[in-house]
Amino acid sequence: MPPTIAHAESPPRRMPSIRFGGPGLRRGLVAGYLTIMVLIPIAVVVIRSGEDGWSTFWDAVSQPQAVAAIKLTLIASLIVVAINAVFGTILAWVLVRDEFPGKRIVNSVIDLPFALPTIVAGLTLLALYGDNGVLGLTGVQATRIGVVLALLFVTLPFVVRAVQPTLIELDQDMEEAAASLGAGPLTIFRKVVLPNLTPAITAGVALAFARAIGEFGSLILISGNIPFKTEVASIFIFKQIEAGNTTAAAAVSVVLLTLSVLVLILINWYGRRSIRE
Amino acid sequence: MSANSAAATAQKNIVRGGLGARISLRVLGLGYLAALLLVPVIMIVFKAFEDGAGNIIDTLTTPEAIHAFWLTLVMVAVAIPLNTIFGVACALVLVRDKFRGKWFLNALIDLPFAISPVVIGLALVLVYGSVDGVFGQWLIEHGIRVIFTPIGMAIATTFVSLPFVVREIEPVLREIGEDQEQAAATLGANGWQTFWRITLPAIRWGLTYGVVLATARALGEFGAVSIVSGRISGETETLPLFVQKQFEVFNVSGAYAAALVLAIIALVTLGAMNLVRRRDTSSVSPSQIVGDRDLTEEPV
Repeated sequence: MPPTIAHAESPPRRMPSIRFGGPGLRRGLVAGYLTIMVLIPIAVVVIRSGEDGWSTFWDAVSQPQAVAAIKLTLIASLIVVAINAVFGTILAWVLVRDEFPGKRIVNSVIDLPFALPTIVAGLTLLALYGDNGVLGLTGVQATRIGVVLALLFVTLPFVVRAVQPTLIELDQDMEEAAASLGAGPLTIFRKVVLPNLTPAITAGVALAFARAIGEFGSLILISGNIPFKTEVASIFIFKQIEAGNTTAAAAVSVVLLTLSVLVLILINWYGRRSIRE
Repeated sequence: MSANSAAATAQKNIVRGGLGARISLRVLGLGYLAALLLVPVIMIVFKAFEDGAGNIIDTLTTPEAIHAFWLTLVMVAVAIPLNTIFGVACALVLVRDKFRGKWFLNALIDLPFAISPVVIGLALVLVYGSVDGVFGQWLIEHGIRVIFTPIGMAIATTFVSLPFVVREIEPVLREIGEDQEQAAATLGANGWQTFWRITLPAIRWGLTYGVVLATARALGEFGAVSIVSGRISGETETLPLFVQKQFEVFNVSGAYAAALVLAIIALVTLGAMNLVRRRDTSSVSPSQIVGDRDLTEEPV
């Protein structure tokens, strides 16, 4: 428990303590809740991964099956965020600048991956693209294509929802000025619109990436979980836990954890920088 | 004059990319959405009915299914009130108080969004598990079992749904400021009165939105709950776990039937989200863009 948080010095108050419980009690309560719920469990994972020494940690992370799983996770996630960066921006554009019947419904459908349980997401994709699916395809279930498809599904909303508000606020005067100076639509998009959207796209991509590298529920049914082929990091961790090998599970978890935290830091840093500009 | 306006229209068209470009973008975007989301989701219905309506009813009325349904509701009933109360408190602390280490609390709140559900499950096993857990020995001595029981599952559900309420009401609190609360205080209202009469009404739509999002997440959580539950049918199986179990025992249409129930709940959630959002007027949920939080504020 970090008592420094719970008992941080009292702030320079503008008003006497008026809110419920008073600030000190409230702050202690919140810090305590977050410590018990989040901090202790995550700290324990980190501690466990290093408990048996650095070489044990390294052996767990560098065993071929773990390396293959981490590699697949990273490559699949990068492919997925690249595809969704493009289609997410197109969808945001269509939702903001285009007019067509049913636009409002389309707009709410975007959130479906957030609302749908992940296990249902995987099953849903199997219903259409699986071996016994409606289309009768055989190249998706238990292949890397299946992994990519599931990750595309669950990360779809991030870029759309990040770009949409920026696009709404984007002043069209600039684009009109560029057009009056003779720029074509593609030039306008490349030189005027895209630079303005880049921070939002980056933020969406970063969140989607963080989500993709940890994804589990939507993959368990569709990926087939074949070691060295379709087994992603989260499923590798799951199998290690089931086998009672918690140290190895913790080691690979720390790799994922580090990546997620780095992405979070990146978003904050990048966001601050682009606000200042 | 008319030549001017014609030129302006032409310019507008260029800005919008022209009719051809606009329609091809529309087709591209909506086609992607249909192929990835819409058509597969509709297929759930077909697959559920593949073995007839009888099998749906049979699967969904087994004691295991009914138990899974109730257990899912219990998880929500524990996690959501907890995260609502602490979510409001967290948001108040983050917005209204200034203190050292605030950035750290902020980061802790985001962690459940960023961490793999499997890592969350592992973390709880390492804290509460009777073999591996830090508190395992102590818990055994006091006759409490957490892992492989609904208690652990409730903790996992609470963990994954923790950030939603905080992140939804934070921007609202920041926007409304403290003036009204201070006015109430000067007029003699105590802390609770101020909270109930001033703060709560102001944040009610943000709060509702956060609760809806958290509920959706709690209902559907799979990874973390799967690890801490042990997946014992009729005991520690929630609806998402039931879906997987049915799929694995080759009752595929049964799995789709249970998935259909969850999908319908998700659609209702989506409807509720839209309704609340329209009331709220802000069209995009801030929680979905973690990046836009606190950007104007320097780390303390």
